[in-house]
Amino acid sequence: MTLSEPGSMIHAADLRKSFGGFEAVRGIDVDVRPGEAFGFLGPNGAGKSSTMRMVAAVSPVSGGTLRILGMDPATDGPAIRARIGVCPQEDTLDTELTVWENLFVYGRYFGLPKAEVREKVEELLEFVQLTDKAKAMVDDLSGGMKRRLTIARSLVNSPELLLLDEPTTGLDPQARHVVWDRLFRLKQQGVTLVLTTHYMDEAEQLTDRLVVMDKGLIVAEGSPLALIAEHSTREVAELRFPVAAEGGTHEPLAESVADLAERVEVLPDRLLLYTHDGEETMAKVHERGLEPIATLVRRSTLEDVFLRLTGRTLVD
Amino acid sequence: MATEPIGRPSPGTAPRSTLDGALRLLDYWTTAYRRTWKGSAVSSFVVPLLYVLAMGVLLGGFVEADPATLEGATSYLAFVVPGMVAAQSMTTVFGEVTYPVMGMVKWHKTYYAMTAGPLAVPHVVLAHLGFVAFRVAVTAAVFLAVVTPFGVHESWWGVLLAFPAQVLIGLAFAAPIYAFSAGLKDESAFALVFRLGMIPLFLFSGAFFPVANLDQPLETLAVLTPLWHGVDLTRMLTLGTLEAGPALVHVAYLGGLVVLGWWWALRRLERRMVV
Ligand SMILES: Nc1ncnc2c1ncn2[C@@H]1O[C@H](COP(=O)(O)OP(=O)(O)O)[C@@H](O)[C@H]1O
Ligand SMILES: [Mg+2]
Repeated sequence: MTLSEPGSMIHAADLRKSFGGFEAVRGIDVDVRPGEAFGFLGPNGAGKSSTMRMVAAVSPVSGGTLRILGMDPATDGPAIRARIGVCPQEDTLDTELTVWENLFVYGRYFGLPKAEVREKVEELLEFVQLTDKAKAMVDDLSGGMKRRLTIARSLVNSPELLLLDEPTTGLDPQARHVVWDRLFRLKQQGVTLVLTTHYMDEAEQLTDRLVVMDKGLIVAEGSPLALIAEHSTREVAELRFPVAAEGGTHEPLAESVADLAERVEVLPDRLLLYTHDGEETMAKVHERGLEPIATLVRRSTLEDVFLRLTGRTLVD
Repeated sequence: MATEPIGRPSPGTAPRSTLDGALRLLDYWTTAYRRTWKGSAVSSFVVPLLYVLAMGVLLGGFVEADPATLEGATSYLAFVVPGMVAAQSMTTVFGEVTYPVMGMVKWHKTYYAMTAGPLAVPHVVLAHLGFVAFRVAVTAAVFLAVVTPFGVHESWWGVLLAFPAQVLIGLAFAAPIYAFSAGLKDESAFALVFRLGMIPLFLFSGAFFPVANLDQPLETLAVLTPLWHGVDLTRMLTLGTLEAGPALVHVAYLGGLVVLGWWWALRRLERRMVV
C-alpha cells in the first residue's frame, strides 16, 4: 500500500534509512491511527531511533514513503515539526537554564506569543508535577524529573502527535510509573502517542498496538495480547540451572523435557518451557528427576514473543 | 489544572523567513546572556584600561616616532588604540564561536533542541551570529568610550563609524570560524586555532606597529590578513584619515568573508546535524 489511509497520523511504506553503506532501517510499513498509542519494541540497534528521527522530520528519509499528518517531511519539515511533540532518546535540556526557562524559550521557538507561552508553562509544570521546581536549575533535577520536564517541553505546542524515544530508559521503577501515569493521561486526552522501548513491560502497559523490530525490520505487529496469543503459549515454566560451562549448553537437558511442552527455549542459565499449563508441566519435570536450582511459572510476555521471533532476548 | 486537556489550540507555525525564525531564538539568547553577562561586564571595562595604560601610555612613552611613520597618528597612543579596538573585536569573536559552538552542537545538544520544532539550521546560525555581533558591539562600544578621556579620537564622526566597523570585523571572523567549529568533531583543534591563528594575527596585523616595519614578504602577508583590513579601517576612522578607495576595499574584503563564512557555516552545520 502506498496511499495514506485517510486520517493516518503516520504513514510509512517501505521506509528505509542508510548511514553510508549501512542500512539501519530496511523497509518498514507502519500506519498510526489518530488517538492510539503505538509502540516500536526492539533491542538496542534495531533501528527504533533512526525511525523516530525520520518521523520527527529531522532525519532525511533514504528510501520509501513517509507521511506525517499527511505531509511529506522532505518538503514540509518545519510545518510538521511545528505540530508534533518530540522527546528524544538523549536529553537535550539546557542545563544552564532553570526548569521554567527551559519551557519558556522552547515555546518561543514555535512562534507562540509570550503571554500564551507563560500560561502554557504554568499548566505544563502542573501537569508533570514540577511546579515547585520551576526555579531549579536542570542540573539539580533527578533523572525522572528531567524526563518529565522533557515531556512537558514536548507538549508546549499542544501537539496532536507525541513521539517518545525510550521515555523511561535509565529511570528507577518508581520514576517510570510516574512517567507512565502522565502518558496515560495524555492518551486519555486524545493525543496520539508513538513510543519506542526495549522494555516489554512498558510496551505492554502503554501501547494499544506495536511492532516488534529487529535489525531494521518489522518482525511482528499487533496488540500486545494478540502478539502473545499468536507467537507464544499462555504460560511459561522457567527452570533455572547453573550457567552452562564454557563451550557446553543445556541442550541435553532440554531434550529430556522436550515432550512436556509445545516448545523449549534454551538460555545459558535457564530452560523456558512453553505450555498451556505451567504448574502441570512443572510437576512432570520434577517427576523426571530434574533438579533445577529455581523454578518459576508465569504468563507469557512480549519478551517471549521476541525470543520466539528472533532467538534472542530483548535486554542483554 | 492537570485535568485540563493539554492538546488545546495553538500549535506552532513554520517561520515565515530566516529572520523570523532567528528572532524566535531571541528569548533563548537573552535568557542565557542574563546568566553570564556579569562575568564579562567587569572585564570589558577593565581590560581596555589595562591595555591603554600598558601599551599606550607606558610603552608608548618610549616610542618617540615621527607621526609620518605612525600612519598619521599624532602619538603612539592614538596609533595603537584603534589597533587594539579592532584586535579586541577579533579576540571576542574567537572566544564566542569556538568552544561555545562546540558546546551547543556536541556537548549540550542545545542546537538539537532548537531544531526539533519548526526552526532549522539557518535560523540557529543567524541567531548565534546575531548574538556574537551583539557581543562585539558591546565590547567595542565600551572600549571606544573608555579611551575617550585619553584624547585619542581625532574625529567624532569617525568614532561613530568605527563602531559599526567593529561589528563588520567581528562578523568577518565569526562566520568562517563558526563554520569551522560547527563541523569540528574534537575540540583539541581549538588550541591550535588560538595559538597559530588568533595570537599571530593579534601581534602581526598592524595593531601595535605599522606593517611597513615588517620586511618583505612579511609585510605583504600582514596586509592580506583580515585583521589588518579591520585595523586599517578602524584607524582611518578614529584618526580622521579616511580615504574612500582603501576603505571600500576593506569593507568589501570583510563583507566577502561574512558571506563566504555564512555559506560555509550553513553547509557544515547541516552536514553535521541533518543525518
Ligand atoms: N548517525 C549514525 N551514523 C551511523 N550509524 C548509525 C547512526 N545512527 C544509528 N546508527 C546505527 O544504526 C543502527 C540502529 O540504530 P538506532 O536507530 O539508534 O537503534 P535503536 O534506537 O533501536 O537502538 C545501529 O547499528 C546504529 O549503530
Ligand atoms: Mg534508540
